[in-house]
Amino acid sequence: MTGLRQLARALAFACLCALAPVSALAVQPDEMLADPALEQRARALSLEMRCPVCRNQSIDDSNAELARDLRVLIRERLVAGDSDAEVIDYLVDRYGAYILLRPQIGADTLLLWLAPALMLGAAFAGFSILWRRKGPPPPESEALSEDEKAVLAQALGQGPGQGSRP
Amino acid sequence: MAGGIRKSVLIPVAVFLLIGGVLFSVAAGTRDVTGEGYLDRPLPEFSQPPLIGDERGLAAEDIRGEVALINVFASWCALCLSEHPMLMRLAAEEGVPLYGLNWKDRPGAGRRFLDRHGDPYLATGEDAAGRLGAQLAVTGVPETYLVDAEGRIRYRHVGALTEQVWQEVLRPLIRDLERPS
Repeated sequence: MTGLRQLARALAFACLCALAPVSALAVQPDEMLADPALEQRARALSLEMRCPVCRNQSIDDSNAELARDLRVLIRERLVAGDSDAEVIDYLVDRYGAYILLRPQIGADTLLLWLAPALMLGAAFAGFSILWRRKGPPPPESEALSEDEKAVLAQALGQGPGQGSRP
Repeated sequence: MAGGIRKSVLIPVAVFLLIGGVLFSVAAGTRDVTGEGYLDRPLPEFSQPPLIGDERGLAAEDIRGEVALINVFASWCALCLSEHPMLMRLAAEEGVPLYGLNWKDRPGAGRRFLDRHGDPYLATGEDAAGRLGAQLAVTGVPETYLVDAEGRIRYRHVGALTEQVWQEVLRPLIRDLERPS
């Protein structure tokens, strides 16, 4: 019974923990757009943009004042009729490609994108070379040599010069 | 067998060091790229209101036609205070046109700051909401932008403007830009 109660408590706590991030939302109500469709696009765009102050946070997550400015800027561009791509171009034009949390695939980021595949390939190549070089163990001849036969016969007590047991 | 063991240890370590060394040398040579999109782009069109107590603000056309510095500052920023004597010296001795942008400050605070510590700027604009700052990709104060005669942004210095930054970075850049080509 107590075990069940403990489980219920743990579950309740887990639910609370899951809810916690919602209450810590950086986006303030006064920033939000009345049009839910536009607001949703703004949120989606904000998630893709790096906060220039807190580097590894999106401007959607960041409480920095600068992130708020950028969120408002994105909403203004959307209200002005910009497409998502135009908003992204607008920000990249000013802040550089660094503003994008997910780097675009381009000549300068190709190495970055290919690096995991290259490393995996190199690892496979390395292992296969290693395994091939080791190869299967050399086959040993199954027949016993004369010396071995003699030793074996002696051990079994059937060697020459030995009579049968008393 | 001992040779085999040594090789099996040495090769991964060597590969690790090789990859690490390459990445480290690449990272060490990389500059901070925050806000590089503005480089070599024309200044946005802007016309900022004056500080409270001033007659004129700062507009983009005020700056066009000469190599100039735009210094972004705020009264609440301690680094701005520490770089202020340097700005005063630049304005008095170096003859480089210096303009001010008072960023995200309380009304009246910018003028009070300049009254107390001296005003090195030819003209100062107010950017209370950081709107122009967002256009320029300002990420904090102080920041100093170098603009060429065509009004294009050629360099941005993030942080306090020191004698060393002036001697080693800004002055050579300004000399290059002013040289008739």
